[in-house]
Amino acid sequence: MNGIHDMGGMHGMGPIKPERNEPVFHAVWEGRAFALSFAVDGPWPYGADRYAIEVIPPEEYLRQSYYEKWITSLIDLMVQTGMVTSAEVASGKATNLSPKPGHVLTAAEVASVVAAGAPATRNVSATAHFQPGQRVRARNINPVGHTRLPRYTRGKIGTVERDYGVFAFPDSSAQGLGDRPQHVYSVRFAARELWGEQSNEHDSVYVDMWDDYIEAA
Amino acid sequence: MTTSRRNFLAAAVTAAGAAVTPDLAHAQEHSHDHDHDHQAVPSDPALRVKALESLLVEKGLVDRAALDALVDTYENKVGPRNGARVVARAWTDPAYKQRLLTSSDAAIAELGYGGSQGEHMVVVENTPKVHNLVVCTLCSCYPWPVLGLPPVWYKSAAYRSRAVIDPRGVLREFGMELPDGVEARVWDSTAELRYLVLPERPAGTEHMSEDELATLVTRDSMIGVAKVSRKAQGAGA
Repeated sequence: MNGIHDMGGMHGMGPIKPERNEPVFHAVWEGRAFALSFAVDGPWPYGADRYAIEVIPPEEYLRQSYYEKWITSLIDLMVQTGMVTSAEVASGKATNLSPKPGHVLTAAEVASVVAAGAPATRNVSATAHFQPGQRVRARNINPVGHTRLPRYTRGKIGTVERDYGVFAFPDSSAQGLGDRPQHVYSVRFAARELWGEQSNEHDSVYVDMWDDYIEAA
Repeated sequence: MTTSRRNFLAAAVTAAGAAVTPDLAHAQEHSHDHDHDHQAVPSDPALRVKALESLLVEKGLVDRAALDALVDTYENKVGPRNGARVVARAWTDPAYKQRLLTSSDAAIAELGYGGSQGEHMVVVENTPKVHNLVVCTLCSCYPWPVLGLPPVWYKSAAYRSRAVIDPRGVLREFGMELPDGVEARVWDSTAELRYLVLPERPAGTEHMSEDELATLVTRDSMIGVAKVSRKAQGAGA
């Protein structure tokens, strides 16, 4: 969706404010929000968690801090999948039995789960429609659902630099339409192709593109 | 918009094989009542998170000790010191550097790092002619196993919006003037690849050991908004 989250190239967001000796979490609740989001084993597919953040209304998206958005999206996902009810979230008290929980992460498992991660590669063959060195155009598409194709690249011409292999396709997966695994490429766009003459002639932006995002140019 | 959002999530979950519960059906029927249901909970995030944690513990959906372990992991075990060790090894061992640039996951795993949000790593090398800068314009993708969780500025609208259109201005804001002849390469982490910058080893450090070098390498230098200085800054910057 053409949402507020798709920020590349926007103006007016103010200065960058680095913080010296920044703590990992600025308050206890941030750590708990992070841990809850990590630990809850919900039935939603790959990509749905990011989409649940993207659909936060734009004025709320900009107002809420990072971990507030995580909690907002976690609650939305849990309510909509029936893991909790809105009334329970409001009261903080359980009022009914949950559907059968998925796996409940234990402290003893944390180190191995963190170390294993959740690879998005898929061990299936898929046709690579593009080759390194090839000129491609990012497709001018405007999906209303989840996508990882940034607006600032659409219609622009770049060069495939590298084929990273076969990955699940979030545009499909996040909608419950399956992984539709396909190749992901590193595509180099000259800064001047993206932004015009104001950019330095030597500069470039590398964007990771699923096969469905590009066409031969 | 809220209705399409609900339809979308319900469809996704149904397709994923989850049971659609009576509560979900209720939520769909009354979606017009739920425009801002995330605001029906306490607005103070601290209270809201506390209430949510209690609820999920009571319902048996999370284990409090696992939450403690996760917070401890990212506060104390996983952070930019890991990335600094990778960089220092690459500076002192040319064969390792070669492996790091060509098979980043395996080379990083040699030092014991990997996993969540670093499953697919790419290491990009700064040289006198090329400067690399990492951003995620769509959210806040960041290589957790080697850098820990991202700082607030990396997740900010200001950085996410400007890094791709004005990298030189962003670097200037961090106190770094990039000469005209040096190519700026911005890496927008739009997929599941996670990028680590291999900064240049500063001159005058030839006598230093790998351990000593690691103390010079900062988080910011591995994102690409700073160079490494001969004087130790600590990995927190």
